[in-house]
Amino acid sequence: MSILVNKNTKVLCQGFTGKQGSFHSEQALAYGTKMVGGVTPGKGGLIHLGLPVFNTMRDAVRETGATASVIYVPPAFAADSILEACDAGIELIICITEGIPVLDMLNVKHVLNSYNVKLIGPNCPGVITPDECKIGIMPGSIHLRGKVGIVSRSGTLTYEAVHQTTALKLGQSTCVGIGGDPIKGLNFIECLEMFEADDETEAIIMVGEIGGSDEEAAAEFIKSNVSKPVAAYIAGQTAPAGKRMGHAGAIISGGSGKAEDKIRALERAGAVVASSPAGLGEAVLAAINLKIK
Amino acid sequence: MNLHEYQAKTLLQKYGIPVPRGQVVAVAKETVAVTTEIASNAWVVKAQVHAGGRGKSGGVKIVKSASEAQVVASELLGKTLVTYQNAPDGQPVNQVLIEETLPIARELYLSMLVDRTLERVVVVASSAGGMDIEEIAQSSPEKILQEVCDPLTGLMDYQARNLGFKLDLVGDQISAFSKILKGLYKLFKDNDLALLEINPLVVTTDGKLFALDCKMSVDDNALYRQKALAEQRDWSQEDSKEAVAHHAGLNYIALNGNIGCMVNGAGLAMATMDLIKLHGGAPANFLDVGGGATAETVTKAFKIILADSNVKAILVNIFGGIMRCDIIAEGIITAVKEVGMQIPVIVRLEGTNVELGKTMLQTSGLNIISADGLTDAAVQAVKAVLV
Repeated sequence: MSILVNKNTKVLCQGFTGKQGSFHSEQALAYGTKMVGGVTPGKGGLIHLGLPVFNTMRDAVRETGATASVIYVPPAFAADSILEACDAGIELIICITEGIPVLDMLNVKHVLNSYNVKLIGPNCPGVITPDECKIGIMPGSIHLRGKVGIVSRSGTLTYEAVHQTTALKLGQSTCVGIGGDPIKGLNFIECLEMFEADDETEAIIMVGEIGGSDEEAAAEFIKSNVSKPVAAYIAGQTAPAGKRMGHAGAIISGGSGKAEDKIRALERAGAVVASSPAGLGEAVLAAINLKIK
Repeated sequence: MNLHEYQAKTLLQKYGIPVPRGQVVAVAKETVAVTTEIASNAWVVKAQVHAGGRGKSGGVKIVKSASEAQVVASELLGKTLVTYQNAPDGQPVNQVLIEETLPIARELYLSMLVDRTLERVVVVASSAGGMDIEEIAQSSPEKILQEVCDPLTGLMDYQARNLGFKLDLVGDQISAFSKILKGLYKLFKDNDLALLEINPLVVTTDGKLFALDCKMSVDDNALYRQKALAEQRDWSQEDSKEAVAHHAGLNYIALNGNIGCMVNGAGLAMATMDLIKLHGGAPANFLDVGGGATAETVTKAFKIILADSNVKAILVNIFGGIMRCDIIAEGIITAVKEVGMQIPVIVRLEGTNVELGKTMLQTSGLNIISADGLTDAAVQAVKAVLV
């Protein structure tokens, strides 16, 4: 098995005919993702990349039976797109868009909380189950189907974790980029919970960064709820306080959100924390060996 | 994006929140007219910089006469004010705010922010005004009060009363306080603020409430729809290299080391800084070039990194993703030639066509070191600056 997506997941794309939507839908199709169409208001009835274009998400879901949707619209329209997907009955929404105002996300989350829907992102690379389903902007070729579940706040650091676990022939079950924004959909805990319950996942890598206290909360969760080996890396040990390091959520403020606090919490929870981003593969091997002993 | 105190107070006034009478000036002799217009026994002259701790650093002074006001203003204007928050570089004082002084009975603390864990706008208040909230949190956490706002209803009257009574406000002050809080909540939402802090909110000896100092920062992601605020951005308060990078569409933050960094992705950029430190070096900057590392963006990035004279080597760390490594290598080679690079460039590439990319770098005849993996790149970069 895997988590969130598999070869049967039917996927729609919002912002389908735009530059980003077209490019990444083409890549997803080439990877084997079951893309079933897309939405661009006003372009309904057209065929794009061999797939139908719809005016609304309601039409698209009714005609295709899709359960997942990926969003590549500009930040000003992203909140609307997420809620449109939710309204149409989509179960898994993946929002790649970077730069959404935080008050928009605050309202969006308030609405989503009343539905049985999962949101990944925003400001994230997406989700992939190797050889089955790629939704997002990650390079498919670096992945290898296998046993490590990866959850990360950073896109390129997810690729590092993938690259290293592929090189070690461990492979990945599913990789989830939860995104770099302060208010987002799925967080570490929900992903850890799904990986813990997934038969195929034998070990977990979690990549965090400065800002907020999600890693500390995840550490508490690991301590009491995760039996599988966990390796981790936290970026931003050299980041100055009060500066936003690229991601909207990556900021040390008022003495909280520091890398060392997160590292300490994860180590106390029994995770193997890599001191270098180059050590993620070794760290997960070490975590696996620790559990065997 | 941060606003100056005087800009924040203009917004407060617009939302009906009482502030001391005042006027901002950029030329010292204008203080004469201001002190004439604002009748008061004494005035306060406040340096306008984007940093806290102004009082302790001589940036806020009480004056008793128009002539004294002019002297103080001329001392502050054009000066670089260094406080504990912006040390060691400090920030230039281009305006001073002249305000009436008020007879203060009590100082309270008030702020509004987006709590990322609760996913709500939260109001924080304390009777220990005038101190840093971090200090209060350390010394007397029981003095920190909080109300969480529901996005649908916004801040309710009962929540304002909860805070008002806990702050020992009495009589008319409770309704005045409620009116202030509701105005602040509307202001916060209308203007896409990320943080609003009034410290102190004072109670005068005759029982009136005033916002004596105010700090506001606007959500950078919302600037596209807050054009009037975006226009108020004072670039003089920001690192000049960061300002140039911002205008070039790059994410750059200046640091104190000597190894320049150019990386794709914010997480990997932070991790690269950490890796340099781990191997005994010091990063000169954070720089995320984003997904499309084209010759044009790489050239821009190199120019910004090289504007820092401390930089003795540059580490380029690109995880190719969907973009092919040979195309990235070509971009780096073009950029190195274009800027006339005098210092070593260490490049770590990973992704599709990585071998071809590496060969292109090695055979370019330029001062480019092609590294084998992340660790090797950091080690090589640290070695390069030691030579």
